[in-house]
Amino acid sequence: MLATGSWAWTPRTDGVDLPGVFRYRTLDDLEALRAWVADRSAALGRPLRGAVVGGGVLGLEAAAALQSLGASATVVEFADHLMNVQLDAGGGEALRVLVNDLGMDVRTSLACTGLGAADDGAVATMRLSDDGELPVDVVVFSTGVRPRDRIARESGLAIGERGGVVVGATCRTSDPAVWAIGECASFDGECTGLVAPGNAMADVVVDRLLGGPRLYTPAPEGTKLKGVGVDAASFGDVFGLTPGALEVTFTDPVARTYRKLVVSDDARTLLGGVFVGDAALYPQLRPMLGRPLGADPSAFLAPEGGAPELGGDLPDDVVVCSCTNVTAGAVREAVTEHGCTTVGEVKACTKAGTVCGSCVPVVTKLVHAQLEASGIEVSRAMCEHFAMPRAELYALVAASELRTFSEIVAAHGTGRGCAVCKPVVAGILSSLRAGHVLSRDHAPLQDTNDHVMANLQKDGTYSVIPRVPGGEITPEKLMAIGAVAAEFGLYTRITGAQRIGMFGARIDQLPLIWQRLIDAGFESGQAYGKSLRAVKSCVGSAWCRFGVRDSVGMGILLENRYRRAADAAQVQGRRLRLRPGVRRGARQGRRRHRHRERLERVRRRQRRREPPPRGPARGGPRRRDARRGHRPVPRVLRAARRPPAAHRPVRRRLPRRHRRAPHDPRRRRAGHRRRPRGRDRRPRRRLPRRVGRGARRP
Amino acid sequence: MSTVLVRTDVCALDALVPERGAAALVDGRQVALFRLADDTVLAVQNHDPFCGANVLSRGIVGSVGDAPTVTSPMHKQVWDLRTGACLDTGGKVPVLDEPVDLATWAVEVRDGRVLVAHA
Repeated sequence: MLATGSWAWTPRTDGVDLPGVFRYRTLDDLEALRAWVADRSAALGRPLRGAVVGGGVLGLEAAAALQSLGASATVVEFADHLMNVQLDAGGGEALRVLVNDLGMDVRTSLACTGLGAADDGAVATMRLSDDGELPVDVVVFSTGVRPRDRIARESGLAIGERGGVVVGATCRTSDPAVWAIGECASFDGECTGLVAPGNAMADVVVDRLLGGPRLYTPAPEGTKLKGVGVDAASFGDVFGLTPGALEVTFTDPVARTYRKLVVSDDARTLLGGVFVGDAALYPQLRPMLGRPLGADPSAFLAPEGGAPELGGDLPDDVVVCSCTNVTAGAVREAVTEHGCTTVGEVKACTKAGTVCGSCVPVVTKLVHAQLEASGIEVSRAMCEHFAMPRAELYALVAASELRTFSEIVAAHGTGRGCAVCKPVVAGILSSLRAGHVLSRDHAPLQDTNDHVMANLQKDGTYSVIPRVPGGEITPEKLMAIGAVAAEFGLYTRITGAQRIGMFGARIDQLPLIWQRLIDAGFESGQAYGKSLRAVKSCVGSAWCRFGVRDSVGMGILLENRYRRAADAAQVQGRRLRLRPGVRRGARQGRRRHRHRERLERVRRRQRRREPPPRGPARGGPRRRDARRGHRPVPRVLRAARRPPAAHRPVRRRLPRRHRRAPHDPRRRRAGHRRRPRGRDRRPRRRLPRRVGRGARRP
Repeated sequence: MSTVLVRTDVCALDALVPERGAAALVDGRQVALFRLADDTVLAVQNHDPFCGANVLSRGIVGSVGDAPTVTSPMHKQVWDLRTGACLDTGGKVPVLDEPVDLATWAVEVRDGRVLVAHA
């Protein structure tokens, strides 16, 4: 049996043997590359200039590797776009933009025509087919592989047109006593370059040797870029070559995503897909290749679409893990036949999701669906004290008049609670009922962070992080933070989320620190609340060259509106960039409507003394919404419908001018925006006016 | 071998919030006091053996079965407040080879005052 694999091909140009020129194929190649970059940059006393010839999956990985070693990276690609085997031109262009963002230079439609040496013999220049020259200190060739078929050629076996030992569906070569598998084998004139077909061929050979009937059928390939820090993936008929194929494309140059689905002429059957910038759909849609999509293709692509849920109801013969060729049926069997009860056990049992991992979300959905279908209880209990999940407890409390933890645990639970359920109940109560979060009834439910309004650090001291809505802050406030930190000897840091943190406060210092900060106009709640923490936004039309609307204003509005909306989990706003024409309002109306509907259902059920449905209370309406093509409602917005009582001490002490910003954007425009007076007084922001043309107008 | 127990008056019972801890310095050691819902008061060391910080009085009080418990605010280990026994190590080991179980103090509530007994 031949399993000789392939070798890395490099163009036959001058200088490919110079020191500093590498392949990107084996671990040894990488070790040598790493050693060269370290030694050479030490010798030259500067970071190296790197170039990668070949802009395929491995070429980009090599370029990322060069960058991680401290060298710069220029990618030279012969075709007119990156990953030209896997991506169409649109996807390649989107990928180029993302790769440029990583600091890599991309030169397409160019070939390397030769390499020149420096005085000491090492590679120093790369000549390009446009007669240009690139200064280089290290060069990596990633220009594809060729099957290692010499032994077969010399033995007189049939060789494919593009190389490789010709095999049939039985994996036998032209000599029935000789077999060939993997990258050295040419099936239907094609050699593969991935692990999955090799495994499948090996299975065929083993089966055949044991007298079995198995045949090799090439599975449709999919590719996902890994290790570069950019999402790019594709599968199936990427270029829409199937007769009558339709392409549905969604390009978002702002969010830098490119998504394309290729479907059959009746728009029902999925034939392929390209995802650049956001490949979240790849593992979901790839198993659907060649099957009815079950929804309008555009519903999957549009950002507001809320892609229809896939996973739980895949047909048994769909391959979910193409690396190990495991079907949905095999995953289900692991649950039903082999008694696996967790995703980890299923992975160990079937090997699904153990190679590249891209199918794990789908496998998880399958396992959970199957466990529930088999009547095996997937424990949804929150903890020892409450047998229901959070959402259900929320609905129960919402439909009742219970006001304290003791009442709630007496009605719906057992014992005296724990560190899991008490903060949950605290969150539910502060969402639903007025009442001070630090009252005698509620204070014992709070985690220490919520209790002292700071974040516990490893030595028992706390960090204090004042809220800075939308990140907009005056010089006076910055100085106030500095003064507090200096007075109390606190370590200061701009945190990972770009908030200003002061670390090392003792618990007894916190009231003094907060008094000073409150006097300066700050409030708490940005770093520990199980609620909206911060909204990140583009600087918006006031300053940004590309700003189209008032993102900062919107960010401040959102943050101030939802900051106290306590929920069971923290919420952080995604970076906010407003598109022209985004409207608010309609969806909020629907949200309130649905919320009332849900409460009404619970109350009706309780009147009839019916048990709650099996699924979480929110499951029903959500899924229905998804089918209608709306995005599921973020939970924080739901809870925000009435102002909860969280953090009231801080709030009560705020001077009038620092209380909630007006909600109505029109009032902002009319110049009613809160503007500190007295010590914090600052001039109006002039720039937007000077820029003119209503730059502040959303 | 006679040990004389001294009772130190720490505070009024009313000063303790039910199911919320408070730290007291008793005979040079930090003691975490917890007033339960039934007004009994239990005392364990304030020192969290797993993280080495004096934070246990800031933990959340709850129950495991019948046992009243406190959960470390640092990494959520759980102890029985009556015996000091560690019920859930969270898979961690103490930083400085300390025992995982907590020292306890006998507490008496007399005439509305909280008295902690120590040697």
